[in-house]
Amino acid sequence: MRHFVPGNDKIVIDSKELQKLFDVLLRHGYTTIGPTLKDQAIILDEISSTDQLPAGWTDEQAGGTYRLNKRNDDAWFGYVITPTSWKPYLHSPAAKFWSAKRNGRGFDVEEDKKEPAKFAFIGVRACELHAIAIQDKVFYGKEFQDSAYVQKRERAFIVAVNCSVAGHNCFCTSMETGPRVTGHFDIALTEIIDGEHHYFVAETGTDIGAEILREVSITPATEEQVQQAEKVVVKTESQITKLLDTTDLKNMLARNLENRIWDTIGKRCLSCANCTMVCPTCFCTNVEDVTDLSGDHAERWRKWDSCFTVRFSYIHGGSIRNSTKSRYRQWMTHKLSSWVDQFGTFGCTGCGRCITWCPVGIDLTEEAAAIRQGEKHVAVDDEL
Amino acid sequence: MENLESVLKEHAFLSDFPDELLPVIVGCASNVRYDTEQFIFHESEEAKKVYLIRAGKVAVEIFVPGRGHVVIETLEAGDVLGWSWLVPPYYWHFDARVVEPTRAIALDGECLRKKCEENHEMGYQLLKRFFTVLSSRLQATRLQLMDVYGAKADW
Amino acid sequence: MIAEVPNVTLPRLFQISRAVKETHDTFTFELKPLDGGEFTFKPGQFNMVYQFGVGEIPVSISGDPLKKTSIIHTIRAVGGVTKAMRKLKKGDVLGIRGPYGTDWPVLRASGHDVAIVAGGIGLAPLRPVIYHVLANREKYGKVILLYGSRTPLDILFMKEIEKWRARLDTEVAVTVDRASGAWRGNVGVVTTLISKAHFDPAKTMAMVCGPEIMMRFTVQEFITRGVLKDKIYMSMERNMKCAVGFCGHCQWGSNFICKDGPVFRYDTIHDLLMQREM
Repeated sequence: MRHFVPGNDKIVIDSKELQKLFDVLLRHGYTTIGPTLKDQAIILDEISSTDQLPAGWTDEQAGGTYRLNKRNDDAWFGYVITPTSWKPYLHSPAAKFWSAKRNGRGFDVEEDKKEPAKFAFIGVRACELHAIAIQDKVFYGKEFQDSAYVQKRERAFIVAVNCSVAGHNCFCTSMETGPRVTGHFDIALTEIIDGEHHYFVAETGTDIGAEILREVSITPATEEQVQQAEKVVVKTESQITKLLDTTDLKNMLARNLENRIWDTIGKRCLSCANCTMVCPTCFCTNVEDVTDLSGDHAERWRKWDSCFTVRFSYIHGGSIRNSTKSRYRQWMTHKLSSWVDQFGTFGCTGCGRCITWCPVGIDLTEEAAAIRQGEKHVAVDDEL
Repeated sequence: MENLESVLKEHAFLSDFPDELLPVIVGCASNVRYDTEQFIFHESEEAKKVYLIRAGKVAVEIFVPGRGHVVIETLEAGDVLGWSWLVPPYYWHFDARVVEPTRAIALDGECLRKKCEENHEMGYQLLKRFFTVLSSRLQATRLQLMDVYGAKADW
Repeated sequence: MIAEVPNVTLPRLFQISRAVKETHDTFTFELKPLDGGEFTFKPGQFNMVYQFGVGEIPVSISGDPLKKTSIIHTIRAVGGVTKAMRKLKKGDVLGIRGPYGTDWPVLRASGHDVAIVAGGIGLAPLRPVIYHVLANREKYGKVILLYGSRTPLDILFMKEIEKWRARLDTEVAVTVDRASGAWRGNVGVVTTLISKAHFDPAKTMAMVCGPEIMMRFTVQEFITRGVLKDKIYMSMERNMKCAVGFCGHCQWGSNFICKDGPVFRYDTIHDLLMQREM
């Protein structure tokens, strides 16, 4: 991974000039990915022009709810967060590792060697930068590194964009991951609409980021423009209302594995696995060996998996986590407790996607609070 | 008799038994020896004795038509064989077959019961030890019932 | 420049040089690398074993850690992949990734009595410990092997057990859960052997492998005898897909069984063991 060296100078890019950023990145061989309007949502897709950005649109998110609304300006990044994260680009939903051909009584294995994709991500939010950093810890293991991930990660170029609006499900302030972009980017932008003036204040986080930015603009931002940018983030921060109390959270959950709240959640949760699919840090996969009909050709694939499926924990004789309650507990305690033991950080960035995309609107911040509250009740019962 | 007392004292079952009560037990004890394939007792016979095994191996088993002898457990030096002498109407529920030449101290059930009634301290000391044996046998049986190896995975 | 990262999912090819039927459902393969190289492992580690076109499974290594020219795997045919593997013969080829995972504390056990308790196929991952301990016999106090299996027909490595039993410097006891009258050995669960075994609890290193329930009961017996909780080790089992910490399947609390296990020190996992559905 590239070393993060924040640049000193803030640069201004007029909205009319931002197309240059796409052009420069394309010229450098990047596949540019950014937000665009599709299927009544603001999603991430391959785009090459500022015309494809979701100008004037925003999203409204709540428990089990996502809908688009028209903004009263033409902001390009004036939305909260996309339904899916950048995860699929670095950690593919399905990846072929190798193929094998029968050879007499044995077989030959051939590595799937193709040039790894070189992505430029445009519009990465602060929480999503943290999500990528969290997945880095998983796949850049001490002993083993995941080549499929690392090859793409090393090549990826990241253009972060500070949030100018927060949603009902955002709780990045609790997780200390946002809304302000503070690292893990090559270039960071703040979008400002000041009357007729639509521009971006840019800063760099890496040498290559500085190199690319120089080809886009070298105009220094004025003191006033820098202050405007600062105001955007401060305003967004003030919009965030959802809280997750992280005080002793890891230990609190670890000692509450038998809390009755898990039963209550277990009855609501549909085990649909939506939360794990939209979560930007969930990394679990299944390994699949497939053969063609002739039986002479076999392939090893890796596909996203979810701890919400019963067979996820299957060992001969049955599954370890048979109840929905135990599977939800596994997911949530992993995110907010055991992840800390494993990787030194929470596995949650406060992006709120699992709340938005839960069909029954389970909100892990509310559940964590209920468990904390339940623990107190148990203590009171003991005193009686 | 003194010799028998020291043998009893050495047996794991009575290892920390109060010294002053040992002579009471000695009064009910006799030294016994069995050869391979000999039955110490059979199911439904009157349970007259309890055996503190000193050496050898005894199979506690039951005859199942069509399956033959099914062994429930084997007992060795340090183990106690038989508690039906304690439970009215005092009949054996299993067969005890000698697998390896066995030496044991047999304690007369009727004699022990009488002594226990006369001396409740002795009765308590004895029952406490039998309860420990029963409890560990019950736990072992429960584990056996689970048939744990039947569901062991493949590595 | 972007460094090349090796693809850790690629198997190394091994040929079956010997296939032995151990019991009605268990078999052993001796595997030799097609590349002619060596293979080293520590007792307790496992490999991911791939059969072409069928699938890949974790299998503990059951051979002698001193023999570097081959791998020994003892496998019980219980699932789809293992049942297919049972049909393989000498000359067939398997893919191997490994060795992975933590090992038994054979070095820490130096100067201790070593009490090994195995249940069923659990003897396979402990056999390398027995080889190691017997090859370095002078470093250890008493060496005790207590082995339980379902019936006399399920007993693994019978001839070898007889050899170990015949040695004057080992104490070996075998018991089965059920038997007919023809069986001359012990009947009863393996835990009943612990109270009678001759070791000094204060300086004993206990290593346990078998079904999880059997291990929990066994550990209780060791603790009753006075063996220290930090000198009891057990080998855990969960679903494993990648064996390198990426797939998430084998998570058990904060542990990834594939890299933090499979061998765990009892005092570090006591709380987890008592939690259901973890």
